[in-house]
Amino acid sequence: MSTRTPTPRDVAPAARRTPRDAASASRARKPGGPLRAVRRNLVVIAGICTLAYMILPNVVVMIFSFNKPNGRFNYEWQRFSTDAWTDPCGVADMCGSLSLSLQIAAWATLGATVLGTMIAFALVRYRFRARGAVNSLIFLPMAMPEVVMAASLMTLFLNMGVQFGFWTILIAHIMFCLSFVVTAVKARVMSMDPRLEQAAQDLYAGPVQTFLRVTLPIAAPGIAAGALLAFALSFDDFIITNFNAGSTVTFPMYVWGSAQRGTPVQINVIGTAMFVVAVLVVLAAMLLGRRRKRQQGG
Amino acid sequence: MSATEAPPAPPANTPGPDDVAGPTPPRRRGVRVRGRLVPYWLLLPGMLWLLVFFALPMIYQASTSVQTGSLEDGFRVTWHFATYWDVFSEYWPQFVRSLAYAAVATVLCLALGYPLAYLIAFRAGRWRNLVLILVIAPFFTSFLIRTLAWKTILADGGFVVDVLNTLHLLDVTSALGITEGDRVLATPLAVVCGLTYNFLPFMILPLYTSLERIDPRLHEAAGDLYAAPFTTFRKVTFPLSLPGVVSGTLLTFIPAAGDYVNADLLGSTDTRMIGNVIQTLFLRVLDYPAAAALSFILMAAILAAVTVYLRKSGTEDLI
Repeated sequence: MSTRTPTPRDVAPAARRTPRDAASASRARKPGGPLRAVRRNLVVIAGICTLAYMILPNVVVMIFSFNKPNGRFNYEWQRFSTDAWTDPCGVADMCGSLSLSLQIAAWATLGATVLGTMIAFALVRYRFRARGAVNSLIFLPMAMPEVVMAASLMTLFLNMGVQFGFWTILIAHIMFCLSFVVTAVKARVMSMDPRLEQAAQDLYAGPVQTFLRVTLPIAAPGIAAGALLAFALSFDDFIITNFNAGSTVTFPMYVWGSAQRGTPVQINVIGTAMFVVAVLVVLAAMLLGRRRKRQQGG
Repeated sequence: MSATEAPPAPPANTPGPDDVAGPTPPRRRGVRVRGRLVPYWLLLPGMLWLLVFFALPMIYQASTSVQTGSLEDGFRVTWHFATYWDVFSEYWPQFVRSLAYAAVATVLCLALGYPLAYLIAFRAGRWRNLVLILVIAPFFTSFLIRTLAWKTILADGGFVVDVLNTLHLLDVTSALGITEGDRVLATPLAVVCGLTYNFLPFMILPLYTSLERIDPRLHEAAGDLYAAPFTTFRKVTFPLSLPGVVSGTLLTFIPAAGDYVNADLLGSTDTRMIGNVIQTLFLRVLDYPAAAALSFILMAAILAAVTVYLRKSGTEDLI
């Protein structure tokens, strides 16, 4: 990168920019200057405003995790305290619901990822009769309002006399996560060069060996993206769970209930922790990827 | 899993005409015929799951919607289609309201999301990944917690209400009927604000994907042909981002129309959406036929709206 001799390409834009920059600089000295700068960067300003709108609730959640409310509701700022942070599981049932949600999300991710990856491979790698039907059956759950799906699954369970609880939640979560996994994995597998697998087979790798050594590693980022999406969707799902949980309480349902009974500060602690952990994980993954790229490139 | 109880797969008798073709014909690079049944075995478990827990429930719900009876005596299929008319005539205001709120929220999402997507795609430079993370990260705090935070932000006498009051904007919005007196919470404005907030990422991500695909040289070309920045946007950038606009609006509108969480947490009885009605009928009133009929009407309304929209926008091949 650094030892490259400058090519005409590198020089050209700079040369082109100079007169325009000079012009804008001279205008900036005139009274209308700052306004012009605002107009030129309108997109950036609008974008940052949207970003602020998106992050505002997270900031509020974070601030109010240090609140010490007088009543049961944590809606008004009273005074600073770290009580909730030192005792995050201090409220009844909250951490239980949290661990239940994590378990369900883990199993739902596993189920949806395995089933979804299989479907994605079948759709991309093979031609068969029912393709159109399969594609629309994959698409429909994503295009259906959640209430409709939730309610219809509930009528099925009611009609079959199934006991609502862990298993009905898990079944529902695998069902609605499946389509998202298929879409994510499909995108990755479609961009894969099939000749790599042919090459492996030409080098006498068996089908299983080819799959484990060549296909799976290449598809892995897509599968990981699908799994992450499934985990996030399942962990955060409220509407479908609300209909199919019976008296079982997952974390979103606990939060929902607390909105009626009174919200403990600990909910904000969990919310903040989730946000921070997510940002750190993503940042770490990004840095790791950058370092690997640099090592490969260097 | 469910593959263990697999029936002698009916698709077995129907090998695709392609499968007989033998050694890879030109258009099917890499598709090897290892065994005709392989794709069907790959599909079987997942498809069974969707058929049993997605398609079959729809049929059950259809049959529930034409039943009559009560919870004590049991429901029986009596082909009582009048339920559809009854629920529609009773709840049409909530229907209209849901579609209106969802439409307004979708338009707001587009207006707010487009600049941000544009910023990430073209102007963020080396900050791109960081901004993308900031768009996705709020997702990870449970959306119910974030919606509850809006309760604090919009609270009576809170910051937002004070600012709006000082600017005398609340008088305007009250006159328009989207707020009431001195409050924002429990008004249509609050519900639409929550809907917009919650579905914004679903707008931004597709917009970003389609904007990112645009070759920046097209912008340079437009500039070289003396197009003003706004003309470039109107004639080049926006038309090329249309697939993102279409999928973004769909991803926002459909879930927003069926949502009941925002209307419940941020609204009042006057802002109930159709999702709230369905939820109440199913889980509190236990009037299953009426609830099933309502959710079918909702589904039909959304499907109709989406079909018309896709026709108009001329991007049917998108899905």
